[in-house]
Amino acid sequence: MAKMKFLCDEERCIECNACVTACKNEHEVPWGVNRRRVVTLDDGMPGEKSISVACMHCTDAPCQAVCPVDCFYTTEDGVVLHDKDICIGCGYCFYACPFGAPQYPQEGAFGARGKMDKCTFCAGGPEEDHSHEEIEKYGRNRLAEGKLPLCAEMCSTKSLLAGDGDVVSELFRNRVVRRQGRQEAWGWDTAYNVK
Amino acid sequence: MSNTNSLNRRKKMMTWTGIVMLLAIFLLPMTGYISTGFATAAEEQVEATNPKSDYWRQVRDNTAGYSAVKGRETNELIQGSGQNWRQLRNGPIAQYGSWLLGLMLAVLAVFYLWRGEIKLSQPRTGKTVERWTLKERRMHWLTAGLFVILGVTGLSLLYGRLVLIPLFGHHGFSSYAEIAKWTHNILGPVFMVGLLSMIFNWFKLNFFNKVDLQWLKDFGGMIGDKHPPAEKLNAGEKMWFWSLVMMGLALCFTGLVLDFPNFDQQREVMQISHLIHVITAIGLIAFSFGHIYIATIGTEGALEGMVTGHVDTAWAQQHHDLWLKELNKKASSDK
Repeated sequence: MAKMKFLCDEERCIECNACVTACKNEHEVPWGVNRRRVVTLDDGMPGEKSISVACMHCTDAPCQAVCPVDCFYTTEDGVVLHDKDICIGCGYCFYACPFGAPQYPQEGAFGARGKMDKCTFCAGGPEEDHSHEEIEKYGRNRLAEGKLPLCAEMCSTKSLLAGDGDVVSELFRNRVVRRQGRQEAWGWDTAYNVK
Repeated sequence: MSNTNSLNRRKKMMTWTGIVMLLAIFLLPMTGYISTGFATAAEEQVEATNPKSDYWRQVRDNTAGYSAVKGRETNELIQGSGQNWRQLRNGPIAQYGSWLLGLMLAVLAVFYLWRGEIKLSQPRTGKTVERWTLKERRMHWLTAGLFVILGVTGLSLLYGRLVLIPLFGHHGFSSYAEIAKWTHNILGPVFMVGLLSMIFNWFKLNFFNKVDLQWLKDFGGMIGDKHPPAEKLNAGEKMWFWSLVMMGLALCFTGLVLDFPNFDQQREVMQISHLIHVITAIGLIAFSFGHIYIATIGTEGALEGMVTGHVDTAWAQQHHDLWLKELNKKASSDK
């Protein structure tokens, strides 16, 4: 079975934020929620680098481990999804996540959290594929259509790669060999190395 | 002779002063070059590390960058403290917490089987004295009731996944947990009001003194038949009070940090708050088991004081003799 992974090539990301926009538009996520974001380090300085970050669909996902109601599950493709019917919006996954992926629409006063929302690797949720409920709660299910996440598909410099971990790392390895650099896939150690 | 000598000396001094001044005029402005020289040397030293590893270090160390997506810590890449929090919460805290609570219950059960209820040593006199005013009882039961509700809902979030999901299923537990979360979040600040009012009202009664030392040495009369003297509050009650002051206030404060995430407090702050919240909560719950045991099935006549406000003088003589003596003295002096 495939193990879906994201890989962001920091040598190529130009901080255009197209992935952020594509994601927001494709899934029509609520106001204040961004499933993906681009972070620039040393902004405006020599050696400035940008990285697009969202849920990395970790192998041993911290969100899954701390969830008090056990609403997370990993699909056969290695995608970490959650059931919004079970989620109670406690915020624990937000404390635990290394990548700051979980988001909460504000529900009520004093920042009370609604049900958590995060990147689904464009794989929807537990509802029936392409059903109205699935689109309402989780956005489009592109994986069920045989397509890969839109953020990566849209990336103009092909910095953001999404897909089977083996294929993605092979692509990246070739790239790195050609430019004579070292292979350092951003966040992979945190997300996919089980300690 | 002396005149020419002094003239020569003056000339010499003036020449040297002139040379020094000239040197100073030329050299002093150059000190700027010296300092910048040091600075560039230092800079070169910094650049001597691999810029690429510096970059990855920044990524791992959660260095704040820039992100067009605004929000709490959206400009950071990897926060490592979440993993620590996860391991502490899921590991030692959940494990030792359950042991502590279980052990406390076991100890109380064994003690009850061994000692049984501590009966009144003298028959009831039928005369009663007021122990707790209506205001005090209201305060106590409000706080106690909320404590139980908050304790049950809070423990459900820590142990529910292990204990309650197998019983109710995912959806069943989720609907309970949703209500539990809201109840906990809304009643938490109300509990804080109750706790603070108890602290302020009973502060004066809770200073330790020599009587308490003796009471502690005799284990409060729990072992053996001898009952040590005690004031209105014995050392055990005072210890419970000070635990509530210290752990309770930490519990309330961290609870507020977690309850109101709208102040953009950072994740690390909330992780630490959560850990303190759980540890103090479990500590207080364990202590409360002892408090509840002693006040209900552990001691005959103890609960009456907090329910009706009045206790029998026989009970007061047995458990709080110094307090009863003081009451009697006051009563006779009032006459």
